[in-house]
Amino acid sequence: MTSGFGATGALTPLIIGDFLGFLDSIGVPVVQLLQIADNFAFITLAAIGLTVIFGMMGVINLAHGEFIMMGAYITTLSVNVASLPLPVAMLLGALGTAAFGAVIERTIVRRLYGRLLDSMIVTFGLGLILTQGTRIIFGNTLQSIGTPFGEVPGYTYSGYRVLLMFVAIAVLSAAYLVFTRTEFGIRARATIQDAETARAMGVDTDRMYTTTFAIGSGLAGLTGALYAPSATIVPGMGQAFLVESFVTVVTGGSTVLLGTTLAGGVLGTIDAIFSNLYGNFFGQLALLLTAIIVIRLLPDGLTGLAYRIRDKLGERQ
Amino acid sequence: MTLEISGLNAGYDGTPILRDVSFNVGDGEIVGIVGRNGVGKTTLLKTIMGLLDPESGSIQYNGEELTGKAANEHARRSIGYVPQGRDVFPTLTVRENLLVGETVGGDDETRYEQVYDYFPILEERAGQDAGTLSGGQQQMLAIARALVGGPDLLLVDEPSEGVQPSIVQSITEDLEEINDEFGTTILFVEQNLSVIQGLADRCYAIDRGTIVDEITGDAVSDQENLEEYLVV
Ligand SMILES: Nc1ncnc2c1ncn2[C@@H]1O[C@H](COP(=O)(O)OP(=O)(O)O)[C@@H](O)[C@H]1O
Ligand SMILES: [Mg+2]
Repeated sequence: MTSGFGATGALTPLIIGDFLGFLDSIGVPVVQLLQIADNFAFITLAAIGLTVIFGMMGVINLAHGEFIMMGAYITTLSVNVASLPLPVAMLLGALGTAAFGAVIERTIVRRLYGRLLDSMIVTFGLGLILTQGTRIIFGNTLQSIGTPFGEVPGYTYSGYRVLLMFVAIAVLSAAYLVFTRTEFGIRARATIQDAETARAMGVDTDRMYTTTFAIGSGLAGLTGALYAPSATIVPGMGQAFLVESFVTVVTGGSTVLLGTTLAGGVLGTIDAIFSNLYGNFFGQLALLLTAIIVIRLLPDGLTGLAYRIRDKLGERQ
Repeated sequence: MTLEISGLNAGYDGTPILRDVSFNVGDGEIVGIVGRNGVGKTTLLKTIMGLLDPESGSIQYNGEELTGKAANEHARRSIGYVPQGRDVFPTLTVRENLLVGETVGGDDETRYEQVYDYFPILEERAGQDAGTLSGGQQQMLAIARALVGGPDLLLVDEPSEGVQPSIVQSITEDLEEINDEFGTTILFVEQNLSVIQGLADRCYAIDRGTIVDEITGDAVSDQENLEEYLVV
């Protein structure tokens, strides 16, 4: 199957293989690092759409897993049915889910701001409808599109999974820049802090909410698109992302993207260690226990800790 | 700029607060709304700004009816708003706060220069979170944030509240100069006598949601006249 990534695609695993071989030769524990980085990518990508919607808008989107599933389905169908190249199909997966998110915000979520429990129940119901609807329309499973690139030479590691680590960093950075450095991001943050005052300054706050929700949904769709080649495409596939995404939001704390990055690093390491030693089940258990410990010890999550350390260092200077 | 308000009734969730409020503000004027705590001054400014929908009555701005329009549309029509308690965006930097105010003004660097001329401290603190500023500096930021939008009409709610007396004096002078330099019409709410007397061309006294007096000319500088509506 052609990957659609062309010549660069064929070269990527070779380049990565050489690079890893070099690291190995200077004594870096490459296999363990790969495992941690792979987990970091999975955890941050699983969480990013959820963190944007929760952190920016205070809405806990329990249909998050189904938004991921939607991105994966659009991507897979675009390749299988419409024969589109994989990168284009992935883009469609992200954009299609973003558009769906915009419609959901306008029609449903908008009525539920400030009503945390109501919005949880409604999005939970939406998730059920999406899962069952997908099952009815597309059946129990879709044919997988297969993972591009093959294995990294010299390692039993999928070259595509290695690429995803860099994609995860790129996606986090892009989201960070959008919300901190662009005029849109600044107006969106102003809206979230104080919608009434933002409106009095001329900000179209309704549009800000719709756009922010669409971006969060689109990021979830992108996650589904990125994991579509290596996942089993079934209506309930979103469940596989849920533990990681919610644990990340909880341990990350209030500063949206910094929290996701910190939690991704810490949780990725913990998951790698426990999954290797005791298997996947204990890896997930370790994540949940970490979340509980973090909530007990650090009420504002890892970002709270990071800020406290920063302030301490600042005082000393 | 003309603002004509007539027969305005407004309140919260069916509780009436403003009752049959009518007055007008002419181009380039500085008009004060004076009255004790809880009489409906903030409610009046919020209703004019479109943050609260009136039950009935009309708000004509340059001959156009504003009732029923959202606050962001008011801002687009060059009405600036400085809320009570300032309400700067605390975790946005000073510069980012100004950028939000610029939403309606367009990307006009000279406005920033003018604003920094009035409030040099804001340029010094441009990269700092607004929440870390003192009360007086936040008040300056709230005024500056409205100014970068290039308002024809500026609504200011109790600029002296929670601000050191020395800074109150300078903010009063700044507002006076802004009116002078740009011809910005100002409608402000105050309980502080020296601010009212230092700033207002004329005043309306408000009590229990309705306008009870208009104070013009020399009467504005007569302390007893104003105290009647301010002292409990
Ligand atoms: N958001 C609100 N909901 C309900 N009642 C309010 C609200 N804001 C103010 N009020 C009431 O409206 C009346 C007028 O308040 P306000 O306009 O803030 O007075 P002022 O600005 O003159 O001190 C008060 O009785 C106050 O309790
Ligand atoms: Mg008030």
